[in-house]
Amino acid sequence: MSADSPGAPAPGERQAYRAAAQRRRDRRGLAVAAASTVVVLGALAAFLVTRPGWDAFRSTFFDWDEFRSSFPSVLRGFWKDVQLFVVVEIVVLILGLLIALARTTTAAALFPLRLLGVVYTDVFRGIPTILMVYLVGFGIPALEDPSLPSNPLVLGGIGLALSYSAYVTEVFRAGILTVHRSQWQASMALGLTRVQTLRHVILPQAVRNVRAPLLNDFIALQKDVALVSILGPLEAFRNAQIAADQNFNYTPLIAAALLYLAVTFPLARILDRMTIGDAAGRRGHLLRFRRWWR
Amino acid sequence: MSAAVIEVRGVTKAFDGTPVLRGVDLELREHEAVALLGASGSGKSTLLRCIDLLEEIDDGDVLIDGEVVTDPAVNPTAVRRRLGMVFQAFNLFPNLTVLDNVALAPVRVHGVPRAQAREEAHELLARFGLAGREGEHPDHLSGGQQQRVAIVRALATKPRALLLDEVTSALDPELVGEVLGVIRDLKAEGVTMLVATHEMGFARDVADEVCFLHQGAILERGAPERVFGAPERPETQRFLSRLIEAGRL
Repeated sequence: MSADSPGAPAPGERQAYRAAAQRRRDRRGLAVAAASTVVVLGALAAFLVTRPGWDAFRSTFFDWDEFRSSFPSVLRGFWKDVQLFVVVEIVVLILGLLIALARTTTAAALFPLRLLGVVYTDVFRGIPTILMVYLVGFGIPALEDPSLPSNPLVLGGIGLALSYSAYVTEVFRAGILTVHRSQWQASMALGLTRVQTLRHVILPQAVRNVRAPLLNDFIALQKDVALVSILGPLEAFRNAQIAADQNFNYTPLIAAALLYLAVTFPLARILDRMTIGDAAGRRGHLLRFRRWWR
Repeated sequence: MSAAVIEVRGVTKAFDGTPVLRGVDLELREHEAVALLGASGSGKSTLLRCIDLLEEIDDGDVLIDGEVVTDPAVNPTAVRRRLGMVFQAFNLFPNLTVLDNVALAPVRVHGVPRAQAREEAHELLARFGLAGREGEHPDHLSGGQQQRVAIVRALATKPRALLLDEVTSALDPELVGEVLGVIRDLKAEGVTMLVATHEMGFARDVADEVCFLHQGAILERGAPERVFGAPERPETQRFLSRLIEAGRL
């Protein structure tokens, strides 16, 4: 259709017309999203409050006075969780990277190292984390060697580190393997050795590639530090349990849950941004959601 | 006649039993440019990679400055340090700036002090029209600029010879000229180079000798005017006429 055909609006009008249509679509989308949210949440709430035990449930899990009285001790315990998390995470990152590197070596003399790497990941990924914490926590003190750690928090941290470093090893290894072969070749062609190539070319790209899965494992570890409670240290979950047992009221557990959420929630949002950002970087703006409710 | 910088003697190479090179002989003398022509899959890239020891050859030998470098006793890393390679897809390091791409090997491999290496990288980049781009990451550059950075990166190690593997094949047509111009300049400065290419006009201008590869063997070789003007082998004639049809000659 030519521009001067009768009835054809000027480009400016078409643009305004499209913008108006887009606004209508947006308004309708927002209305539908709001309505369906109200319906779903309302149905869920209606289901809960019409259960026969609802009143007892509410006073056992959502008691404001219980919450207030137990919160300080739960928070104190949670601070221990956070410290443990930070230390274990650093150990896990270092250990995971070292084992991943060991698994990517090629020299014949390093075969034992490769073998050890494979066995390590297979074994510690295969054992449930709670079992690892238990085995280390009760196994090491049973050796009765005073030079070995006996603090349950430290022992629990070792158990967690063994388990999580096996996962993180695989994440790093995947990152190394996803760097294209041509990067190795370009670097080797310049005369860099394998080790130099890993350090200056491959690893920086590998780590960038796996930022999101690494953060995902951080989040999992952040919650799993609660597992050390089975060894007795007074961290958030343990303190909440103690408080709950005093009055047979579970509100302190809700307090602990909220504290874990307070940390994992921002991490999860950062992770979302990272993955969407990476995908958008690769595929243009296809994945950059125009409206958050879509 | 000066001694050959690169000499290839009866090199064969097979991938999983499929022969890719079937006894290739080649000589590249100092300040010479030899162009490798041939259809995709004729073995041009493989030959270059075998010379740079990025692939292990099956039979024959490669000599650099008279030394057999395909002897298993020779350290391949030390050999690669003497040659410069430029790839079809640039293969720049996306995690490093343009300047660090160029200065990496001089600093890490050749022990040049960092300040001096960066200074030299600056000068080289400026010489190839890349002044002001030093701090950028490669993916912010056009394809032609990226390939020029890759050429500078290879030159920064002062190689005995440059191996150029279809360096313009991945470029948009309007960017091919700027890269070919750079290679013409290098040839004029006397850089020794072995060039796998599809650009016939360029090969005619730059090459001292043209080798036509067909199914892993050099079928015909000679001065560019002779090979392009009066090809002897029917395979060469067919290849050239297909290129003319495609408007590449």
